[in-house]
Amino acid sequence: MNKELVYIILALGIGALTIIMAIIAILNKKLSIAVIAGGVVSLFASILFLLMAAPDVAMTEASIGSGLATLIFFYVLNKIKKYND
Amino acid sequence: MIKNFLIGLVLASFVYMFYNLYESYEPKTELTGIAAHYAENGAKEVGAANLVTAVVVTYRGFDTMGEVTILFLTASIIGFFLKLSKADEDRVIVHKGTSELLITSSQILVPIIFLFGIYVFMNGHLTPGGGFQGGAIIASGIALSIMANPNREINHHAILWIESLSGIAFVMLGILGLALAGGFLDNRFINLGTFGDLFSAGAIPLIYSVIGLKVGAEISNILNKYQKSQKES
Repeated sequence: MNKELVYIILALGIGALTIIMAIIAILNKKLSIAVIAGGVVSLFASILFLLMAAPDVAMTEASIGSGLATLIFFYVLNKIKKYND
Repeated sequence: MIKNFLIGLVLASFVYMFYNLYESYEPKTELTGIAAHYAENGAKEVGAANLVTAVVVTYRGFDTMGEVTILFLTASIIGFFLKLSKADEDRVIVHKGTSELLITSSQILVPIIFLFGIYVFMNGHLTPGGGFQGGAIIASGIALSIMANPNREINHHAILWIESLSGIAFVMLGILGLALAGGFLDNRFINLGTFGDLFSAGAIPLIYSVIGLKVGAEISNILNKYQKSQKES
């Protein structure tokens, strides 16, 4: 088993997981689960960027996409909940 | 029914578009045009081991200034829309405490995350990453410390001063390049030094440190605004 094949299988598996997470983010009725699934999409995307030899893009995606964006979404969700009650 | 049909139509046109892109794609065997110039002369002209940094900071430095400006605008617009009234500003809300696990791990992790962020932007000319990445990592450290202690107040004035001073320093370094070397944001007004050293590549470590501080302060400011907006009744 050569190295390139392992990379391709890994990339395909992570790509499939990304798509599954994206579908969960769209279809789930509970907003907090949807937000977390959106963060996980970013996390898997950053691993994909790393596999495609772009470590600087991966760093940005991991910290902004899955860290800060998720936190800001939760702040907004908390605010919406206050108005809905 | 008609709604689903329209959604399907949009999806099908996307598939058609991307399939055309995929069909016409041919991998290039060698660099051409300006990419070849960067790859051949980048190390000699700029002295940065990381060619991406050489392009982002010097060859295309003006674009980077535009990006920093866009981020600054975003932070200001968020600050404008999340402005609190005087009564809300003075209100004291005590959030629920978080778990012991998160508090203890944040005490260990936050300094390490800060250190890693500073490492990333100081070594932007040698290793992958740079000002934007380092700044985002520092801001994610601040996000962790807020999550561990939701009642923490970020020093607003410190963020403001770091952001403004580093923005001014960035433009000043650019003008120094214009005055002493070839053009705006030219890094060669400081000696290029030995290729691959920490203090090499002229002004690139300085410029990237300033960008990193600016980006970190801006994103922390956005987080601070969202945290404060929870006070609004």
